[in-house]
Amino acid sequence: MFRFTEEEIRRYSRNIILQEVGGIGQQKLKDAKVLVVGAGGLGSPAAFYLAAAGVGTIGIVDDDVVDLSNLQRQILHRTEDVGTPKVDSAARALSALNPGVQVKTYRTRLGAGNVMDIIREYDVIVDGVDNFSTRYLLNDACVMAGKPLVDAGILRWDGMMMTIKPREGPCYRCIFPEPPPPGVIPSCQEAGVIGAIAGVMGTLQALEAIKLILGVGETLTGRLLLFDALEGRFRQVNAARDPNCPVCGDHPTITELVEYDLACDLPFGVAAGSAERKIEQ
Amino acid sequence: MPEDVQVHRELDLKGEVCPYTFVKSKLILETMAPGEVLRVIVDYPPATGNVPRSMESEGHKVLAVNPAGDGVWEIIVRKKD
Repeated sequence: MFRFTEEEIRRYSRNIILQEVGGIGQQKLKDAKVLVVGAGGLGSPAAFYLAAAGVGTIGIVDDDVVDLSNLQRQILHRTEDVGTPKVDSAARALSALNPGVQVKTYRTRLGAGNVMDIIREYDVIVDGVDNFSTRYLLNDACVMAGKPLVDAGILRWDGMMMTIKPREGPCYRCIFPEPPPPGVIPSCQEAGVIGAIAGVMGTLQALEAIKLILGVGETLTGRLLLFDALEGRFRQVNAARDPNCPVCGDHPTITELVEYDLACDLPFGVAAGSAERKIEQ
Repeated sequence: MPEDVQVHRELDLKGEVCPYTFVKSKLILETMAPGEVLRVIVDYPPATGNVPRSMESEGHKVLAVNPAGDGVWEIIVRKKD
């Protein structure tokens, strides 16, 4: 009589009650495939909430193993998981939360040679990476494949995010055409990061992915959302697609995937300041 | 219920409690055509208030809530156009 099992009706009742979801929306979530790149600070809450919401297939990409220093923010993993591959620990955590979700794991580092194959079968990509090389690669690949990408970055007490709908709004390169030179922006390892900021931004990414799947609300397309946890303030900076963008512009110069050889891991968060400078110019 | 109302679907939710009374009614209503009428049977007293209220907030028309004997009620809803 119902399209859902008795258990699903109970598990997802708070979703189904929402006008914007209902059984139709819940079925969209069930049919959806979301790829979470990085099972770290951002990927943890993002994947947890996507699994909880009933997203039918969740892919997790990560080549790393769990380190004790990860546990301060990477809530998919437990103390006893230290030393095990993050994708395994993530799959265990997500299946324990919701056995109805199919978790596909990719214990690999995204590169020019595998990114198109991996993203192909997914409807939405969530970027939870910790380095500029992969961030640009993922941006370019999603633009080329026409896949929506929910991007976020964190550092210290700051977070930043944007949803990239290729050619409907700006991509990452429209705002930041090239990665910063190595060493300009410190990593979380160097500069520190408060765990809960990963929770805030990763959870916002899950929300964006859910909105994209349901086709409801207004996504952060063409809007950079900046969160300053110390001030307790969200701010928004509008950004437009650049017709001269090297990858999503009218005459792209980047037509093949490029990998940047960056000396160290360089996360994205503090680039917020430079985004505003660029936009204000 | 007015005599001339044609009921297109019936849903027996005896034994079910809130909010599942509404959730299940909503799931069935979604499969029906605009303007069609659903008759829901409940025996959980709060559902006689909760289900009509939630249905109306979603824009459907509650035509009647009637006792149907022996601790049972019927809720008649017309799906919004």
